[in-house]
Amino acid sequence: MALLELERISAQYPGASTPVLADINLSLGPRQLLVALGPSGSGKTSLLNLIAGFVAPSGGRISLDGVPVKGPGAERGVVFQDDALLPWQNVLGNVAFGLELAGVPRAQREAKAREMLALVDLEGFAERRIWQLSGGQKQRVGLARALAADPRVLLMDEPFGALDAFTREQMQELLLQVWQRTAKPVFLITHDIEEAVFLASELVLLAPNPGRVVERLQLDFGQRYAAGESARAIKSDPRFIETREHVLARVFSQRQSLQERA
Amino acid sequence: MSSLDLPVNGKHDSHTRPAEKTRRPLSTRWISTLTLASLLLVWWLVTAAGWIEPLFLPSPGDILARAWTLLTQGYMDASLWQHLGASLGRIGLALVAATLTAIPVGIAIGYNRVARGILDPLIEFYRPIPPLAYLPLIVIWCGIGELSKVLLIYLAIFAPIAIATATGVRTVDPTKLRAAQSLGASKAQLIRHVILPSALPDILTGIRIGLGVGWSTLVAAELIAATSGLGFMVQSAAQFLVTDVVVLGILLIALIAFALEMSLRALQRKLVPWHGQSH
Repeated sequence: MALLELERISAQYPGASTPVLADINLSLGPRQLLVALGPSGSGKTSLLNLIAGFVAPSGGRISLDGVPVKGPGAERGVVFQDDALLPWQNVLGNVAFGLELAGVPRAQREAKAREMLALVDLEGFAERRIWQLSGGQKQRVGLARALAADPRVLLMDEPFGALDAFTREQMQELLLQVWQRTAKPVFLITHDIEEAVFLASELVLLAPNPGRVVERLQLDFGQRYAAGESARAIKSDPRFIETREHVLARVFSQRQSLQERA
Repeated sequence: MSSLDLPVNGKHDSHTRPAEKTRRPLSTRWISTLTLASLLLVWWLVTAAGWIEPLFLPSPGDILARAWTLLTQGYMDASLWQHLGASLGRIGLALVAATLTAIPVGIAIGYNRVARGILDPLIEFYRPIPPLAYLPLIVIWCGIGELSKVLLIYLAIFAPIAIATATGVRTVDPTKLRAAQSLGASKAQLIRHVILPSALPDILTGIRIGLGVGWSTLVAAELIAATSGLGFMVQSAAQFLVTDVVVLGILLIALIAFALEMSLRALQRKLVPWHGQSH
């Protein structure tokens, strides 16, 4: 199965004095949902861009199943913060886009796209235009599009950041169901602490200046939801609250030490 | 013209104002129609009353009568249809050639640093020159045949389309490009599936502007030893002081430009329905 490895990754923007990311080691294996949590400026998005291959690291090695990552590719699917859907295609065309690029015949790719739309609960929306969808629906199409190309890992860049609180919770639950059903390793970045604790099978906490990992937690709330427990029961579990408060305290202590330094 | 037009509109407003409280206000389309109608009325009034010599401004009726003779008998050995066809043929040929060449050039400028370095200064250098200024050079190089006329219009249309395409290509949403790349798109696929459709609204705007410029270059192009065409018709009529043909020619040129603009707008709405939608 897929194994994504980051060894001693660092990244630096040309002309900047401090690196954006320094000495990051991560590995993402099968059935894992790795969440990177951090305040803005901690290099979360840079980290995702490195893995996706949009940006090259200034040091270190990224490999997927032992093959070094060089530039973007279909084996690493990306879901973006604001939908990056193509308005000149309808929903079905967007979901089938990756397969179209790969040269899959029309009937075959549309069947696959419909299957993916069903997976994200959007069966009746195949013929809709993109601008007729709500924010949550667009993110589902984005997720279906990334999954239709059958990537080996799924990268998600604050996918629910622009959604309202209610839709966000629905989407988190949908993601856990999809993750459970497709068994794809997922790398997700967020600045929402509750979201991170709820979704993650492994949570890495990033601190800024330079971006680095300050804590790693193994969690099982996502697995419990996927196993059938209700989201409300999990989120009111004392252990969940305790973990959330712990992470919150870590984030705040970083911020304070940052202010003291400044 | 507009100062003559104002009192007419003012009078009209004072008529409708009492009723406005109960009825819907005039739509913009109606205001435009009324403006045109009052202009026509003023034109008819000043000519019918004999305040202006027909040599300077013929009456609308004279123009219509002249249009009929031009349609049936023609002017300068060619019917009105032949003049029209000659002009539309020239601009059509120039437009097709310009679209086929300017869009790839625009994509190259917007997408490739080296192509931008080579082509951008060339286009920016010749674009502001009035076509009449380089017309003599074109005649020296290409003679007085049909080629020179089409080439002049082509050059006028080329620059706006190339510049608009390059702008469209440069302003493609980088997230859409990254999304396509992470779905495995090659460079050619990026251009075909993301860059070209993204830039299409800008390209169509460029064609609209280019057609406008090209149409106004028509008269200049038909200065070159032409024997037919709307521009030729207006010029030769002016030399013989046949004012009604001059006015008719000008009106026809305006009408066709208007029709071209409207059909391109309709095409834009049909081809890029997402343009202007919040998405």
